[in-house]
Amino acid sequence: MKFSIAIFGGPSDSQASLSALNFARAVIASGHELYRVFFYQEAVTTGNTLIVAPQDEHNLNASWADFSDEHSVELILCIASALRRGILNDTEAQRYEKDANNLHPSFTISGLGQLIDAGIESDRLISFGK
Amino acid sequence: MKKFLFIQHQGTFSNMSAQEGFDALLMGSAFVECSLLFMDDGVFQLLGNQESDLIERKNFVAGFGALNDYGVNNIYCSQSALDTRNIKEKSLTLTVTCITDAELSALLDLSDVILSF
Repeated sequence: MKFSIAIFGGPSDSQASLSALNFARAVIASGHELYRVFFYQEAVTTGNTLIVAPQDEHNLNASWADFSDEHSVELILCIASALRRGILNDTEAQRYEKDANNLHPSFTISGLGQLIDAGIESDRLISFGK
Repeated sequence: MKKFLFIQHQGTFSNMSAQEGFDALLMGSAFVECSLLFMDDGVFQLLGNQESDLIERKNFVAGFGALNDYGVNNIYCSQSALDTRNIKEKSLTLTVTCITDAELSALLDLSDVILSF
């Protein structure tokens, strides 16, 4: 079965991102296909490469990046949500004349159409954090 | 074509959720058949005279009037959510179909993709 995941909760204000990551791992482990992971609303802050977790705590930014790199699953951040919350890649930082960018290279900024497309193309779109 | 259902269940300006949910609905309406359901505190979004400039927020609910132009013709509202908040249907600014909890349950069953905000 082809799954997609939509995450709405931030990495430190809800359980959504970790639950979604565990679900994503289970999808792959069960031999299913994971078409896309889409981060919307507060969840876009998961893409912040500047997140520093204490040594004995889980860093969801790094865990999602490792998962994506290992299984070639795309991690898409909604551009409108990301800009509003200060998550910028190099292109957007230059466009808005900001001094820095902070998007982890394993994540991609794109449009809301990617969420709709995930709903159309997947057998199941599973939401976390709503 | 898949049927998408967008659910608004939070207050208009409690956080960014309602506004970003509306953005997602508009995007969805460009590609698929979309319905909209107001329930829980989401029914407050249907009240008029929301002076959002007083709290320095964009009055995105003004965009509800354009939903028909976007092809969003099936707009539902939970009757029990209105009743528990003592809101009368005649005070709503948008033409909606008020549905019972049983009809709401059937609506969820009929939808292929549900996005809740």
